[in-house]
Amino acid sequence: MSFFKRFSQNRGALVGLVILGLVALLALLAPFLYPDSPWRMVQRPFLAPGEVSGFWLGTDVMGRDVAAGLAHGAWVSLLIGLISTVVALAIGVPLGALAGYFGGRVDDALMRFTEFFQTIPNFALAIVLVAIMEPSTFSIVLAIAIVSWPPVARLVRGEFLSIKHREYVEAARLVGQTHRDIIIKQILPNTLSPVIVLASLMVATAILLESSLSFLGLGDPDTMSWGYMIGAARTVMRQAWWLSVIPGVAILLTVLALNLVGEGLDDALNPQLARAR
Amino acid sequence: MPYVSLILGRVVKAVIVLLAILVFNFFLIHAAPGDPAAVMAGEAGATDQQFLEDLRERFGLDQSLPVQLWRYMSGVLQLDFGYSYRQQMPVLDLILDRLPATLLLTGAAFVISLAFGILAGTLAAMRAKRPSGSIIMGLSLLFYATPLYWVAMMAVLVFSVTLDWLPAYGYSTVGAGYTGLTHVGDVAVHLILPALTLGLFFMAVYTRMTRTSMLSVSQQDFVKTARAKGLAPGVIQRRHILRNALLPIITLAGLQAGQMVGGAVLTETVFAWPGIGRLMYEALMQRDYNLLLGIFFFCALLVILFNMLTDVIYRLADPRIKHSAA
Repeated sequence: MSFFKRFSQNRGALVGLVILGLVALLALLAPFLYPDSPWRMVQRPFLAPGEVSGFWLGTDVMGRDVAAGLAHGAWVSLLIGLISTVVALAIGVPLGALAGYFGGRVDDALMRFTEFFQTIPNFALAIVLVAIMEPSTFSIVLAIAIVSWPPVARLVRGEFLSIKHREYVEAARLVGQTHRDIIIKQILPNTLSPVIVLASLMVATAILLESSLSFLGLGDPDTMSWGYMIGAARTVMRQAWWLSVIPGVAILLTVLALNLVGEGLDDALNPQLARAR
Repeated sequence: MPYVSLILGRVVKAVIVLLAILVFNFFLIHAAPGDPAAVMAGEAGATDQQFLEDLRERFGLDQSLPVQLWRYMSGVLQLDFGYSYRQQMPVLDLILDRLPATLLLTGAAFVISLAFGILAGTLAAMRAKRPSGSIIMGLSLLFYATPLYWVAMMAVLVFSVTLDWLPAYGYSTVGAGYTGLTHVGDVAVHLILPALTLGLFFMAVYTRMTRTSMLSVSQQDFVKTARAKGLAPGVIQRRHILRNALLPIITLAGLQAGQMVGGAVLTETVFAWPGIGRLMYEALMQRDYNLLLGIFFFCALLVILFNMLTDVIYRLADPRIKHSAA
């Protein structure tokens, strides 16, 4: 069975892919649909959805267009989710590969280091890092990457441990390939499937983390994000429910879609491990 | 006694991690933009040069970095976490004052999420091929994707604002002056929404873990043997599968419980629950770095204590695990 066929057998994954596609489309079209800054006041504050035509999701405490915020927030969420995952992979994959390949003391030292980061409560560490570096897209991406790389390192290490004694690796060693070549050309490509699955789930977690940070007021002050919108709506929850409900549903759908796609990828890439359904 | 050396080994490891966190904290203070004294003085509302000098002196900021590190570490080892200028109280007192509320909240959320998670996961595994199993898994997928703080706000919107069943915020009714059992009942009523919303995400995690673990155990040979000798399916599920499936869940639950302390920052902020999570939010708003780092240290301490506890319980409960295994 081909990859796509296996992926599309998981109906949830297809639904997830469609939702994700819509969110991505919204993010890409944001500058064209809402060319103005989402921070600009455009109408009376506290307009309920549909109360005034042209503002189908209403306006917030300051008279800003909720729909514009949602579109621009989609871009921020996806971007931060993707970049911080890439950075986390860039930290976790090499550490895991070195630990698994060389074993012994290298493994001990690297795994102690990894354990240290796993022990520290993720979210508290992210808060402290962003607060001290001052909130910005850069500090948020860095903080999310720093708290999310340990599982990558552990996964890659495990894969390396199980692959490094396979015959083709022994053969590569026998013909005198360097450690670097064996790691990069022989073993690493064969660890790709589980890493891709993990990465798709990490993007989901990163989006949740970013929204939580923004909710606490630790978002980049220059960018409109879903978490910020909910945080700003917290004190007016009684008067204007839609201000907190709408961006929350957006986060929920995006994260759910990513998790569904992750499961579909898991089924498609690791058919021998396909879970009993 | 092997257990003594086991526990001793854990303690040594924990102490090393805590010391590393202190060093980490120290360098974070110095990574903060600007002169730490200026930050603190500015926040305290003074720009007087003499005042700044006094602060530098007091925090040893005029000394070399290693001396400062030494001062900081030895201070903490004497339980001196510094002084919060914004709240005009020692950091340690502030934290200890708020700690019980957080322990109550995370403890309740942990018990709720573990109990319901294992129950739901068991049901989902037993009905893996039926619609009811799929519904449980669908719900757990949904809760797993829901932002903690948002579900808390929605719960307030539904159960407090609209239905008026439960209080929306706080630890107890302000000014009611309840005592004894009435007070306990009052706190319990206030605890319901925060504990449920904090536990929901973790419940989803435990549900998925339990289901996966039970399905993989049910493939093993001893289960086939039990089936072959004609045991009732219910007995096999409870005695053979669930018992063995639970072991990895205990370990993972211990690790997850630590993350709950982080999640409590969000829950406590929404519900104005007077714990260290709420304190952390206040410290953030006031840029009270000293307090922030103190709370961070205590969060890590709680996680380590929790992990040690589950680890020891787990090893005592399952004699098959070798004490020497790291």
